[in-house]
Amino acid sequence: MSPAIEVKQVCKRYGSLSALTNIDLEIHSGEFFALLGPNGAGKTTLISIIAGLSFANSGSVNVMGHNVITHYQQARLNLGIVPQELVFDPFFTVREILRIQSGYYGIKENARWIDEIIERLDLTDKADANMRALSGGMKRRVLVAQALVHKPPVIILDEPTAGVDVELRQTLWEFIQQLNRDGHTIVLTTHYLEEAETLCNRVAMLKDGKIIALDSTQNLIGKMTSGNSLRLRLLPDVLPLSLQVLQINRSNGLYELRIDDYAQVEFILSTLRSGQTQILEMHLQQPDLEDVFVNLMKNSRNKSK
Amino acid sequence: MTGFVTLLYKELLRFWKVGFQTILAPMISTLLYLLIFFHVLEAHVEVYPDVAYTIFLIPGLVMMAVIQNAFANSSSSIIQSKISGNIVFILLSPLSYRAIFFAYILAAIARGLLVGLGVYLVTVIFFDVPLQLPLLALLFGILGSGILGAMGLIAGIWADKFDQLAAFQNFIILPLTFLSGVFYSVHSLPAGWQVISHLNPFFYMIDGFRYGFFGVSDISPYVSLGIMAICLIVISTFTIRLLRSGYKLRH
Repeated sequence: MSPAIEVKQVCKRYGSLSALTNIDLEIHSGEFFALLGPNGAGKTTLISIIAGLSFANSGSVNVMGHNVITHYQQARLNLGIVPQELVFDPFFTVREILRIQSGYYGIKENARWIDEIIERLDLTDKADANMRALSGGMKRRVLVAQALVHKPPVIILDEPTAGVDVELRQTLWEFIQQLNRDGHTIVLTTHYLEEAETLCNRVAMLKDGKIIALDSTQNLIGKMTSGNSLRLRLLPDVLPLSLQVLQINRSNGLYELRIDDYAQVEFILSTLRSGQTQILEMHLQQPDLEDVFVNLMKNSRNKSK
Repeated sequence: MTGFVTLLYKELLRFWKVGFQTILAPMISTLLYLLIFFHVLEAHVEVYPDVAYTIFLIPGLVMMAVIQNAFANSSSSIIQSKISGNIVFILLSPLSYRAIFFAYILAAIARGLLVGLGVYLVTVIFFDVPLQLPLLALLFGILGSGILGAMGLIAGIWADKFDQLAAFQNFIILPLTFLSGVFYSVHSLPAGWQVISHLNPFFYMIDGFRYGFFGVSDISPYVSLGIMAICLIVISTFTIRLLRSGYKLRH
């Protein structure tokens, strides 16, 4: 089976600025995939090329096996995009918009599915309101609904939770997770890394138009961080000799000790007890995607220096 | 086909929902032209024998309303969508470039004809306007608004800002319309200007349309019809190419 999205050797330049350089990426069917990176890394450019809103200078992109240039109609039928910008058509109501959007995709009778998306995205009260009358969060929901009218096998969400309240974020992700369980491939970009960490099974990190990391979320966290650690403030402020091998950092008066498994915590505590050392403060640190992100960005900055 | 029908429906609804501005307002301004010219010139000018100046003027003004509104419709629809960003929904959809083109053009034709028909119906209340060949007049109306609809599409795609669109309208569309013989017969012009007038494609629209009313025109209506058909085919092909290339719409 062909991958949901296949990006081969894609380059995109704007004048002398290279927005994307030799991007190779395969996103498999059924994946929940995150595209991460700082502002200006090229995430939206890449999405635009996949969506056919932008043309690559070289390379090719397929969506569900259909080339986005030569077989653009098939490719676009398979794709649902939630754009980052909060755009809307001020002439119509929510339901009219969704009906029109269905028509663009060749669907004449779509009332049942439209009703379902309206309900799932909590838009029922606003279904017959004009787009102009909606708040930013509501408009964002309509954008998501518009991307789903044709039940696309591949759904790309470009920062869908930017400026959105907690409640919508939760309903949105529940709905998207349900779609993923039903077999839809999901690609998202977000600046909330904990969202990507809990939702996505694979992550690509972009920086300056290049992919600097591409792996499963678990592998990335395992490889790119120093693992779990315990941070302690002690009285007296001296780390017993037998624990010094574990020390990986000392900052703000806290010792950071590496722990490879949780049994080590007991060893550390008993060592401190027998040395009459008092614990004033203690944190168990688990590495997350944010650490990976920060490390990667730091590394690539050092490299480019 | 559903995609095309939907986009056409959306485009029709778009101007229908703001009908005051898109249909009634241009009707009023056209009728004001008529009122003023009727008052000032009726007694002084005769273009065709046995045709009062006001009656001569009516088909020209109707056609002017038809083509100006056709242009306004497609150009303003595109530029509004571009500036507000919602054009992305059309660009993301699997609509073919041809379907996009025809939906915009047909909506432009519909608005042009609607305004023209409105003006015509008001004038027949007050004046006895002959309409000898209604189908031929309609055909000219369709071809003319089709050409201007396509020009509007090109202008809307090209312009990044409203003032660029206004420039296109004021420096190209308006002079071509006013100098096309709406208010006079080109036979009344000096020879040099007559030749220049024949280079203006709008001249054939007005002249042929007027033939539909009076059975009289400056040149054969079939020549005009042929020239307009060629214009429409050329400009349509160009516009579809433009849409396919993604010029100013896709980066």
